[in-house]
Amino acid sequence: MTHPASGLRVDQEKQTDVWSFLTYTWRLLARDKAGMAGLVMFLIVVISAVFAPLLSPHDPLKQNLRFAKHPPAWSEGGSIHHPLGTDNLGRDILSRIIYGTRVSLTVGFFGVLIASSLGIAIGLVAGYAGGTTDNVIMGGVNLVLALPYLVFVVFIAAILGSSLINVILIFGFTDIPIFVRITRGEVIKMRSSGFVESARAIGATDARIIFSHILPNLIGPIVTLATFEMSAMIFYEAGLGFLGLSVPPSIPSWGNMLASGRQYLVSYPWIATFPGLAIIFTGLGMNLLGDWLRDVLDPRMRRVKK
Amino acid sequence: MQRYILSRLIQSVFILFGVLLIVFFMLQLTGDPVSLMISRHATPEDVEALREELGFNRPVAVQFGSFIAGAVTGDFGKSLRHKQPAMDLILSRLPATIELAATALLLSLVLGIPLGLVAGSNPGSFWDLLSRGTGLLGQTIPNFWLALILVLVFSVHLGWFPTFGRDTWTVLGLTLPTRSVLLPAFSLSLFTMGQLVRFTRSAVMEIRSEDYVRTAYSKGIAHRKVYIRHILRNAAIPLISIVGVQFGYLLSGSIYIETIFSWPGLGNLLAESIGNRDFALVQAIAFFSSFVVVFLNLLTDIAYALADPRIRY
Repeated sequence: MTHPASGLRVDQEKQTDVWSFLTYTWRLLARDKAGMAGLVMFLIVVISAVFAPLLSPHDPLKQNLRFAKHPPAWSEGGSIHHPLGTDNLGRDILSRIIYGTRVSLTVGFFGVLIASSLGIAIGLVAGYAGGTTDNVIMGGVNLVLALPYLVFVVFIAAILGSSLINVILIFGFTDIPIFVRITRGEVIKMRSSGFVESARAIGATDARIIFSHILPNLIGPIVTLATFEMSAMIFYEAGLGFLGLSVPPSIPSWGNMLASGRQYLVSYPWIATFPGLAIIFTGLGMNLLGDWLRDVLDPRMRRVKK
Repeated sequence: MQRYILSRLIQSVFILFGVLLIVFFMLQLTGDPVSLMISRHATPEDVEALREELGFNRPVAVQFGSFIAGAVTGDFGKSLRHKQPAMDLILSRLPATIELAATALLLSLVLGIPLGLVAGSNPGSFWDLLSRGTGLLGQTIPNFWLALILVLVFSVHLGWFPTFGRDTWTVLGLTLPTRSVLLPAFSLSLFTMGQLVRFTRSAVMEIRSEDYVRTAYSKGIAHRKVYIRHILRNAAIPLISIVGVQFGYLLSGSIYIETIFSWPGLGNLLAESIGNRDFALVQAIAFFSSFVVVFLNLLTDIAYALADPRIRY
């Protein structure tokens, strides 16, 4: 896709021939079974979130104590009416898991959006400006990365109180340093590479170098990182929910389901089991997808791979 | 070398100062720290009394000064709930957390490194597949969910382990762990184990194709000797930094596991103090965990520099 020395030419090619780039990418994906599996798993989660009202057999909030604590369909006493059983208040677990994708993906998507946009901007400044600016920014980045992440996330969540917006903001802001570090590293590598130097030699302005030469080449590493970070945020959101520090208990989320299922673990284990499996399914899908993206979007990695 | 150690030491002190800054201003995030700590039913007089008692009526700069002055001597004020100095409470919970973290680290080393070594030497084999699976699952299985499932299977159904709590065994005045540590430690170790497997595997694969390994083989040195002297020794160096970082994570990241197993350690204390809105204690725990992590990172970097002769500062 890009060779440092011929980056300019290849960029133009990419813009004029998006279709061939996409079909090429698709062919690479079809060859990689693990990456394909990851994409399919991720799409299942996305489709569940978008079409939750159509896919859910029941209202995820509707309580029905007469049908409370029903086991899943395949075990004794279960019915096909509630395929994964019901929770302590008689709410349908499958429907709640489907609706739970909405909280997870919202937190993951907007969290990564905040972290990546601010992280890229700050990283560009640090890498491009260098000197004191760079030192100050990286001092802050190293400080935040040295903190025990979970302890501080829990601390901030306890202070701000639980709401969807707060959870997004917490993950969005605490994740900025990772994006800064990756962006800065790439920018420093590129700044001294042939294509940036030749652009400067023919009189390109800083803005032009950043927007037409550096940013397009950042897409690969950033998209890969964003996939992994989104998966991590979904993971941590569930963890906060488990401690009762994420979205309010009235909203169906996987963490909240785990927290309430924990109290009924011994007698009604399915209440806590299924949301955990949903978290693992999503995490596996996104990690497989991320590994594949890393191989495909970074041509140097592709060559190394056997 | 001494200059490197000195500069890393100074850097660590700066980071710890930054941590104090963050920990202090975190409480000011909502504008009024006292309203965070007191119940909603408190009368305005109660609120004022607590504000007076905790010194939150002073200017922020003065509060910050006295916070730093206290922190330097290890004084983070008293826990509102326990009426005891926060640092004393932390130190009393420390042994349980160290026991848990050390066991988890040991489990992940004993299981993770051999698997990574075998996998890295035999790419494409069953062990390689298993190691890649472990790496992936370690990253995606939430440890709080795994802990619940393990309790269900091994404690409730099979009865092999206690469902919660820490039992210790005292011999000649030494407090020793019992099997009660195994389930929480295993749940906690999965992530670290995955990282170690992944890392060992790729380190071995990389080193196998290095020039010095080929040279050693071409000189006719026996496979076993090359393996131990050239491959293992070189793979061990980068492992130092992984182990150091992971131990820091284990010592601070056990809030879920300690809550699920009612393990009387720091994570449990943090969960409790958040439930009680005991923020002086939360601040102290946050600083203490950061201190542990920063200190371990420092030790790791120094050990790394000592172990790898290619690194010269």
